Amino acid sequence: MIRVVLPAHLRTLARVGREVKLEVEGPATQGSILDALEARYPVLRGTIRDHDTKRRRAFVRFFACAEDLSHEPADAPLPEAVTTGREPFLIVGAMAGG
Amino acid sequence: MSGVRVLVGTRKGAFVLTSDGKRKRWKVSGPHFAGWEVYHLKGSTADPNRIYVSQTSGWFGQVIQRSSDGGKTWEAPGGGVTLSPEGFPRGESNRFVYDTSPETGRPLTTHQFYDGTQRPWEFKRVWHLEPSPNDPDTVYAGVEDAALFRSTDGGRTWQELAGLRGHDSGPKWQPGAGGMCLHTILLDPGDSGRIYVAISAAGAFRSDDAGKTWGPINRGLKSEGIPDPNAEVGHCVHRIAMHRERPRVLFMQKHWDVMRSDDAGASWREVSGNLPTDFGFAIDVHAHEPDTVFVVPIKSDSEHFPPGGKLRVYRSRTGGNEWEALTRGLPQRNCYVNVLRDAMAVDAIDPCGVYFGTTGGQVYVSPDSGDSWSPIVRNLPAVLSVEVQTLP
Repeated sequence: MIRVVLPAHLRTLARVGREVKLEVEGPATQGSILDALEARYPVLRGTIRDHDTKRRRAFVRFFACAEDLSHEPADAPLPEAVTTGREPFLIVGAMAGG
Repeated sequence: MSGVRVLVGTRKGAFVLTSDGKRKRWKVSGPHFAGWEVYHLKGSTADPNRIYVSQTSGWFGQVIQRSSDGGKTWEAPGGGVTLSPEGFPRGESNRFVYDTSPETGRPLTTHQFYDGTQRPWEFKRVWHLEPSPNDPDTVYAGVEDAALFRSTDGGRTWQELAGLRGHDSGPKWQPGAGGMCLHTILLDPGDSGRIYVAISAAGAFRSDDAGKTWGPINRGLKSEGIPDPNAEVGHCVHRIAMHRERPRVLFMQKHWDVMRSDDAGASWREVSGNLPTDFGFAIDVHAHEPDTVFVVPIKSDSEHFPPGGKLRVYRSRTGGNEWEALTRGLPQRNCYVNVLRDAMAVDAIDPCGVYFGTTGGQVYVSPDSGDSWSPIVRNLPAVLSVEVQTLP
C-alpha cells in the first residue's frame, strides 16, 4: 500500500482527504504511482503531468523521506520506506506565491 | 422572465449572483473552485441549467467543470472516481491536443513570440467557452495558444477545429499582453455554419462551413505596432459583439479603436467618434436595440484604468460615432480599475440589464439600459469575466 499526499487544490478536485492509499502493480516508481492515482481519480489527469508526454508540470514537485525526487527518472525505484507505506509520497505545488 | 443568474469568473474562483426580474436584491453564491483562476463560465441557452466553466491554475493546468443544475453542483465531465484502471471515465475533459493528424493535414506550426522569433504552439488555458444555442452538449472553447476546440459530448472530450490554427497566416500571429489567446467566439444564431472568432494579436476570422475552413476578416483595421498597419493579420482585437437578430453587423473593441462592420466582417470602419479614448477591452450590444452599444473606455495600453479616475460606461444609440457617458452610480473620482474583455454582458429582460465587472472586484448592474448603476458586490477577487443568464 502506497500513501500519497496531495496538495490542497487537487484534494478538492478529486474530493479526497489529505492522503490517499493506492495499490500499485509491480515496482513502486513515480510513474507507477501516478498511473495508479490517475486511474482511480481520472480528474487528476493532466494536473500533475502531461496527458501524453507524462512530463511533470513545471510547478509540481515530488518529495519523499525528506528528499526532492522531482528530477529522478519516472521509472526509478522509490525508497523502501515509501514502498512499504511507512513514509508517504508527497505531491507538492511549488512554493511560488499566487 | 423570472430572473437572472450572473456568472462571474475571478482570479480566485467563480461566483453566481441571482436576482428576480427587478434586479435590485441579490443572492451571492461562491467562491466556487476557490483559489483557481476562472477565466470564463457560461450557460447554455438550449438548457439554462447547463453551465460550463474554465478553471485554471499555474500549478495544475486546465480543468473543465460543468453544472447540470444551474450551478448548485459541479463535476469535471468524465472525471469521477473509478475502481477499475481499465474502466471509464477516461478523464480527458482537460485534454486539449492540437490536431496534427493526417486527416486535418495541419502540422504544428510556429507563431511569432514577443521578440519576433518563432515559437511552436503550446496549449496553456481556455479563455472562453461558448455553448451551442441548439445543443447543451455541444460547446466551443477558445484557447491560448490560439486555437478553437469543440466538444459534442458535454465537455468530456475536445477536438480542435484545426483549419483555424493551421491557417497560412499563423506564423504572423503573436501574443498580446495577456498571451496569444482566442477570446471571442460568436455563433451566428441564424446560420449554423457561420462562426466568428477573434485572437489577440492576430485579428478576427470567420468560418462559413462550421469551422472547417477559415479566413481573416480584418480589412479596414489599422494598427500601430505591426510592420504594415493595414496587414491582413496581426491586429490586437480585444472583443467583438453582435446582436442576435442582426448577426451580419459586428462591433469591435480593438486595442485602440472601436470598429463596426455591416457585412459580416468583410470590411470595417471606425466608429470611435467622440469617445474620450478609444482604447478598451469590453464591448456589448443592447438586447433589444441592435444599434445601442456599450463600451468602457480605458486610458491607454499601459495605463489600464479609466481616464481621470472616473469609471464611465459609454453608450451609443446610433450604432457608433455618437457616444454618451453613463455615470450615475459609478465612482467618479479615484477609480483606477480595469474592465477586462469578457467582463461585460447584457440580459434579455425589458428594460435591458447591463453588467460589468472590474479588476477591483466590483460587479455593477444597470437594470435600465445603462441610465443608472449600482454594485451587486464590491469586494470580489479581480473579475475576469461576467456572463448573464435570463431565466424563464
